[in-house]
Amino acid sequence: MGWVLARTVTHALVGLETRRVEVEAHLENGVPGFAIVGLADRACQEAKHRVRSGIASAELEWPLRRITVNLAPAALRKEGSAFDLPIALSILAASGQIPRDSLAEHAAVGELALDGRLRPVGGVLALAEAAREAGLPRMLCAARSSPEAALAGIEPVPVRHLADAVAYLRGEHDPEPWVPQNGHQPEAPVLDLADLRGQERARRALEIAATGGHNLLLAGPPGTGKTMLARRLSGILPPLSPGEAIEVTRIHSVAGMLAADRPLVTARPLRSPHYSASVAALVGGGPGPKPGEVSLAHRGVLVLDEFAEFQRPALEALRQPLEDGVVSIARVGGRAVFPARFQLVAAMNLCPCGARGDPAADCKCSPQRLSAFRDKLSRALLDRFDLVVAMPRPRAVELAAPPGESSDPVRHRVAAARERLDVSRASWTKEATELLDRAVERLPLSGRGRARARRVAETIAALASESAVGAEHLSEALAYRSPTELGAP
Amino acid sequence: MSELALAAFAAETGSHVVRTPSDRAFRVFARRFDDAAYLDRLGQTGIRWIARSAPAFPPLLHAIHDPPPGLFVRGDADLHLLRRATVAVVGARSCSPYGAQVARMLGRELGRASLIVVSGLARGVDGEAHRGALEAGALTVGVLGCGIDRDYPAAHRELAARIRATGLTVSEYAPGVEPAPWRFPARNRIIAGLSAATVVVEARDRSGALITADLALEEGREVFAVPGEITSALSSGTNDLLKLGATPLTTVADVLDVFGLASTDGEPVELGSSAEAVLARLRDGPASADELARATGLDAGALSSALTELELAGCAVAGGGVYRAN
Repeated sequence: MGWVLARTVTHALVGLETRRVEVEAHLENGVPGFAIVGLADRACQEAKHRVRSGIASAELEWPLRRITVNLAPAALRKEGSAFDLPIALSILAASGQIPRDSLAEHAAVGELALDGRLRPVGGVLALAEAAREAGLPRMLCAARSSPEAALAGIEPVPVRHLADAVAYLRGEHDPEPWVPQNGHQPEAPVLDLADLRGQERARRALEIAATGGHNLLLAGPPGTGKTMLARRLSGILPPLSPGEAIEVTRIHSVAGMLAADRPLVTARPLRSPHYSASVAALVGGGPGPKPGEVSLAHRGVLVLDEFAEFQRPALEALRQPLEDGVVSIARVGGRAVFPARFQLVAAMNLCPCGARGDPAADCKCSPQRLSAFRDKLSRALLDRFDLVVAMPRPRAVELAAPPGESSDPVRHRVAAARERLDVSRASWTKEATELLDRAVERLPLSGRGRARARRVAETIAALASESAVGAEHLSEALAYRSPTELGAP
Repeated sequence: MSELALAAFAAETGSHVVRTPSDRAFRVFARRFDDAAYLDRLGQTGIRWIARSAPAFPPLLHAIHDPPPGLFVRGDADLHLLRRATVAVVGARSCSPYGAQVARMLGRELGRASLIVVSGLARGVDGEAHRGALEAGALTVGVLGCGIDRDYPAAHRELAARIRATGLTVSEYAPGVEPAPWRFPARNRIIAGLSAATVVVEARDRSGALITADLALEEGREVFAVPGEITSALSSGTNDLLKLGATPLTTVADVLDVFGLASTDGEPVELGSSAEAVLARLRDGPASADELARATGLDAGALSSALTELELAGCAVAGGGVYRAN
């Protein structure tokens, strides 16, 4: 027979979604050569060199025949180095160095080093889930990735070196499970609210935001604790549910951000990109779309400090994820959808020079500069904030006061109120309904502003353990509406 | 030789003309100028013209030493409006939250007493005074420092349209005249000239609002200044006015007295006990929410609730991160 064919199944990532890819290796007599076909990008084409060296380093035989590797379906663009292992295994199976049928029950993913070791790649969780759904019971992956693959409910085969994989597939020995070398690193300490003094009202707003999942805008002069407060929101949110943890892990894995010793993300993500962030950095993008900050903050908190300094297009791009909880990125090659259900906490000054709202300083901004600053925040965007709180400069007495309440009791209150919100929708008392009508008449309150005040009032009622929304809950909610000086109703 | 020709000539040459010039260029222009055709074009764009010599021309403005040749007017209101009792409210463009609050309150209260509020449609104090008057459902007059067809500043386009819906915008400049810094002092003389009294809310040293006040004093009109903090640069102009003998304005009644009007108190509002406590503290001076909480012993939630109650009742306003009694 002039030719042989072997096949390994793996998956390719398109955003967070996966597509089944069959890696076929075809060996025929003729002038020795090696070609990879099937719309492989540069990193995929370079697999040739890594696979050849890897096979040599594993003291296996490189078949001196004409080798064609096809990544099917050929119409799908393949990117990255995760195809190294399946390519190597297909070639080895075609040349009879491993039993061909052994590959039928295994998915394979991983990048080869020149010395034959297997390196971890991003997105293993999503790839493992795809393999499980495709009916493959086991997956060969880098040893470091094996705990992550196990999360998907598939049996991972931890591979340290290509020779290990070959020995395992020949049935010669089972690879040892992977144990992190330095044990578990301690979790980064969660920032505590006790660090912040004074600012009682802003704290209260933070608690309401945590309970109802509301977006929060903190405005005030520099140095009043806006950033400190914003970063402490994730600490008073309830922990991720197991389902949410998997969602978050999948995204972080695709972005290549998982810590080796912590396959499952259990803490709520806290992302705070710098204001120079581009649209793509914020909402995701790139040729093979990668998740942006809004997706990395999925089920967690996105802190945008110096909110008004972000580029206008970047801010406007936030509107879709804020509304829909997903980002869809359209590219010539297709469309990727990333979940982005995050809670936004933004902090900004009241004017470009920052002195506005500070009794000790004189604002020197010209009216033109001030209006340019406010124009940057469109009404449509400001309308997405349920709570807006001014944070004035604290007085000396406040700074000298004992530390504020710590995060723990706040978290318990939030968790209890969240349960109440989940159980039932609050009813409205007559007084509250009348007050809302009066407020719509007297205050500049848009239709969306009205709906927002209703939502916040329901959250406040839940925090107060009341089953009905009273006038006092609504009037508190109304106090957190955008002030006219930010240019919003 | 009509006054309209003068105004059109000034627009054509980009100059400021009050009296008939004696040069040849104007004689040539005036000979060719067709009043009827010009008025017809104005009429098509909804602009009216009151010549200086016309009976409808406001007498107070006629009395100043250099009244304009006439006024271009936009808006649906009766021109008689300009002959009614008018008060100018002027001040800094980059005003403080305090200035904005006082200007709006003055606009509202003066409007409620059926006085016509005149101002310059500028940002800051001027705009707030107009807004206050509109809030009270009163008529107000905006005086432009550019061609009558211009919206300047552009940010106040919507405000100008709201003013014109019931009141008027006026200018001595014909359509097409671009805004220029030197035209604004000239505009200020019209604001001062139209008004029986002028209130300066906030002004820095050597500011346009002080020019308005000086012009009003020269014409023997009543000038009020709103006292401000002696440490604030925004109040140095108004405090200097007070030193020079302007009447300090501490309540709206001060202005109303000049017109022989009694202040009309709105119906007393009923407030809850926490709201009363918060208001009592605010009467001592502006305070942040946290300061109020400490002074009244209310928790953050109850305090927010009380503040909304005060805001809805019109007893307090928020600005720059602090609350003030209204």
